[in-house]
Amino acid sequence: MAQLLCEDLTLGYDNGAILEGLSFSVEKGDYLAIVGENGSGKSTLMKTILGLLKPLKGEVVFGDGLKKYEVGYLPQQTVVQKDFPASVWEVVLSGCLSKERFFPFYTKADKARAMFNIDRLGLASLKERSYRELSGGQQQRVLLARALCATEKVLLLDEPVSGLDPVVTAEMYDIIDSLNRSGITIIMISHDVQAAVKYADKILHVGKTPFFGTVGEYLATDKGMAYLAEKKARKEDE
Amino acid sequence: MMDFIQRIGQFLQFSFVRYALIVGVLIALCSSLLGVTLVLKRFSFIGDGLSHVAFGAMAVAAVVGLTNQMLIVMPVTVVAAILLLRTGQNARVKGDASVALISVFALAFGYLMMNLFPTSSNVSADVCGTLFGSVSILTLSPWEVWVCAGLALLTVLIFIFFYNRIFAVTFDENFAKATGVKTQVYNLIIAVIIAVVIVLAMNLVGSLLISALIIFPALSAMRVAKSFLSVTVTSTVISVVTALVGLLLAIGLPQGVPVGPTIVVVQAAAFLLFYLVGFIKEKVKV
Repeated sequence: MAQLLCEDLTLGYDNGAILEGLSFSVEKGDYLAIVGENGSGKSTLMKTILGLLKPLKGEVVFGDGLKKYEVGYLPQQTVVQKDFPASVWEVVLSGCLSKERFFPFYTKADKARAMFNIDRLGLASLKERSYRELSGGQQQRVLLARALCATEKVLLLDEPVSGLDPVVTAEMYDIIDSLNRSGITIIMISHDVQAAVKYADKILHVGKTPFFGTVGEYLATDKGMAYLAEKKARKEDE
Repeated sequence: MMDFIQRIGQFLQFSFVRYALIVGVLIALCSSLLGVTLVLKRFSFIGDGLSHVAFGAMAVAAVVGLTNQMLIVMPVTVVAAILLLRTGQNARVKGDASVALISVFALAFGYLMMNLFPTSSNVSADVCGTLFGSVSILTLSPWEVWVCAGLALLTVLIFIFFYNRIFAVTFDENFAKATGVKTQVYNLIIAVIIAVVIVLAMNLVGSLLISALIIFPALSAMRVAKSFLSVTVTSTVISVVTALVGLLLAIGLPQGVPVGPTIVVVQAAAFLLFYLVGFIKEKVKV
């Protein structure tokens, strides 16, 4: 049974569908990259998986021991967070607030989990620092640690490297890769097809005619090749 | 200077002055709690909007002839707060626009009511008092003091109890929601707390100056403190100290200055001070 199963999903808002006929599944340990042009519905799909948005048709089925609220989430940074006065410790710890719990304060286990994830992402020396003083890459690592506090099963990453310089981008991909190898399922939203093809093992290309399959299959399609070539050409132009 | 201290000493003999000090400090304490959340959620002006709604409700209560105005002002303000904060994300009319919309309407409506059905011979003085706080904090009955104190303490307790979730909802609402935190419930709690704080704070500074009470301490604290906890604690301390200084100044100065504006000016001075400290701290580090 797949952790996440979507069949013939129609997504969108009140005023119309953005994505139609979307089918895909995510197995435990997968590294799935969701790619597509701007405005193709990547964010809508992400919100639907997270349960922030209801699909217009069909449903997202959770299985293999995964529950709805066990998808860890690395969001894109918001303007609000840029000058938010919070320490790294506070941000990471806030990932431990989960659903079925009335007790409003953090337990010892929560704190231990937060500490574990801070160490895991090499943030120990920054623990007391203010989140707003960190570099973009460090902030992403903090948010990743927070997501790991929320779950150990599936991580959903929304453009995890946007705004990062090439060195930090490579670091970030390495971190994600190592998390994947430790058994965490990764779903990554990206507009960088090069990286998606390089790191992921499955691709979901959203758009008018969606594609879902392994990287090898994707590269064999006209669309995959065309998209890659186009991207490459654009990169060379720059 | 001796005169000043003597005057304060004299006034402190009166129970109504002591009440005013106690209530003033408690109101300052709870009004600063949510300042950080509101500033960061870009809702700095909600205080203004809601206090105008409370002003309108108060006018209606006066016209109807209710002696216990809190009974009508509180529920109306709470409902307005819930509606305003709920429109935050997906509304047709955006957050700041709806605040402006509701606040001017309530202000106009309230003033109109007071003129249409005047309850005293001097409407302008009444209005001015409600808007700028005049002396109402010095005219509280013991019953009102107890209600104010009770509500203020309740607010603080609720805030402490939900502190971690309020943090999570403020920092990243979508993440909180995705991990199963009932964000709507906590937004509701935030809205109710704000409404209660505003109705209380109207007694202290009047409805036009409430935003100062909510925002100044938070902004001052954000200049120097680094974590959410330290910002919250610092802003509470700033708020209590400035309120106390403002109250004592207002009592002690021989000219008989109004309490509300005095507190706000003291808070502005404090903000300037913290701004400078923050600025110097940054320079020194670089």
